Amino acid sequence: MIDLTNVHKLFNPGKANQVNAVNGINLTIKKEEFLVIVGANGSGKTTLLDMVAGSVFPSSGNILINGTDVTKLPDYRRTQWIARVFQNPMSGTASGLSILDNFRLAAIRTHRKGLSVGVDTNFKKLVKEKVSILGMGLENKIEQPIGTLSGGQRQALTLLMSVMDRCDVLLLDEPTAALDPRSAHLVMRTADKLIKDYKLTAILITHNLKDAYTYGSRLILMGEGLVIKDLDTAKKSVLKQNDLFDWFA
Amino acid sequence: MDFYLTALLQGLCFSGIALGIYISMTIFNIPDITTDGSYTLGAVVTAILLTHHQPVYITLPAVVIAGGIAGALTGIIHTKLKINALLAGILVMTALYSVNLYLMGRSNLPLINVSSLFTLIHISNDLNHNTFWILIIFVAIITLTIGYLLKTDFGIAMRATGNSESMIRSLGVNTDRMKIIGLAIANALTALSGYLISQFQGFTDISMGIGIVIAGLGSVIIAETLINWLRINSIWITLLLVLAGAIIFQLVLAVTLNIGVDANLLKLVTAMFVLLIVSLPRLINKTR
Repeated sequence: MIDLTNVHKLFNPGKANQVNAVNGINLTIKKEEFLVIVGANGSGKTTLLDMVAGSVFPSSGNILINGTDVTKLPDYRRTQWIARVFQNPMSGTASGLSILDNFRLAAIRTHRKGLSVGVDTNFKKLVKEKVSILGMGLENKIEQPIGTLSGGQRQALTLLMSVMDRCDVLLLDEPTAALDPRSAHLVMRTADKLIKDYKLTAILITHNLKDAYTYGSRLILMGEGLVIKDLDTAKKSVLKQNDLFDWFA
Repeated sequence: MDFYLTALLQGLCFSGIALGIYISMTIFNIPDITTDGSYTLGAVVTAILLTHHQPVYITLPAVVIAGGIAGALTGIIHTKLKINALLAGILVMTALYSVNLYLMGRSNLPLINVSSLFTLIHISNDLNHNTFWILIIFVAIITLTIGYLLKTDFGIAMRATGNSESMIRSLGVNTDRMKIIGLAIANALTALSGYLISQFQGFTDISMGIGIVIAGLGSVIIAETLINWLRINSIWITLLLVLAGAIIFQLVLAVTLNIGVDANLLKLVTAMFVLLIVSLPRLINKTR
């Protein structure tokens, strides 16, 4: 599904503040694979995800999504395959718009934003149904501005929004970093369920080693811009949770 | 009474600027200074075409296109050259001063004995009443159009662009293109205010736009204060409040002049009034 070939990323090349964020990554992520990436700060995880998403372009190397070369394709043109959940709950939703309007935008992610009014009675019903899955009572508040909700609620909604339109790849960049344990658990559980139900290819970056142990079909440890460890499902399943802590010792 | 009627009519004329500033603040989070220039541009294009006896179906589109180009220029300078939004607006506004002067060939163009939008239709014998009804219809059409636009998928995307650029990009919107189009629409609306005012007051002057952005800003701030206080979620009510803001703003200025304040102090009064509306919610919250 996603192929990275010899991908490098150099920030500020040739200057005093040059950073070799990604130093030659070759990675193939298969369809419906749920990849978890862990690594110390500065290991290049977020830069890697940004290059898959298109918000950052590689300095060299190629990136293919579903066979198409997307190396220089800007982020807003990759949305036909990719949905993204950000670390900051405020980044994935528009605070001034209602839940309903946010979901409308998500529902037309792969389509042209045209001059027709899309929010009708049927759509309202659809959003109410989808939102009630979370069990937070938000289905009664869909006309309320999303900015009045908590970070956990917004993050959960961002997840639901990602599957309002067809989606092949879900990118999760530390989605629970800013959340309390209960909200974090709800968000991860919802993400896992959606990935399974919709058969998504997913990449999760997390610092939460418990989540890295619990979720995903493949685990990668990154360090200094390179892949240090790469465990497939079989190897991941024999891991004990404490082993992960040892990686960072 | 006639004095206040004039203020009401002026308020209706300024609805274009108010709606334009509302849109540019929604997508940009800052007021667009291009306004000073595109307002005058609208008035200049109107004056030139009307003195050449062009019909309304030529003048009106020309004004809209002129304003749109000015706004699009600001948008292009900001998005493609990565220049600060405020500065981009100031650059275009400054350039437009010369453009307007060049187009007019002089600093003032009177519109006497020239057919205008207000002489086009005859609804009432009283000039002010006639103007009132024409303006009401004109403003209603603009507001309905903009309201509909904001409710479409495109409109929702435009509103989201100012809220969270990262979110809307991850939902497939080219934010550069959106900002350019949004600013084009906002300045086309502003130019329409210039179109209305120049015909209302009977002349176009090169300095009529200087500092006019504060009128739009004041109108929008009045509206937003009411929107936040009354917790309005509906687009239609929001737009009506923006119109109300434009009218209230002009009425306050009319009251000020009526109670005998020196006309030279008008801009000072304007500034103080806008300061008052902005600080009112904050002061009320403090005393709670």
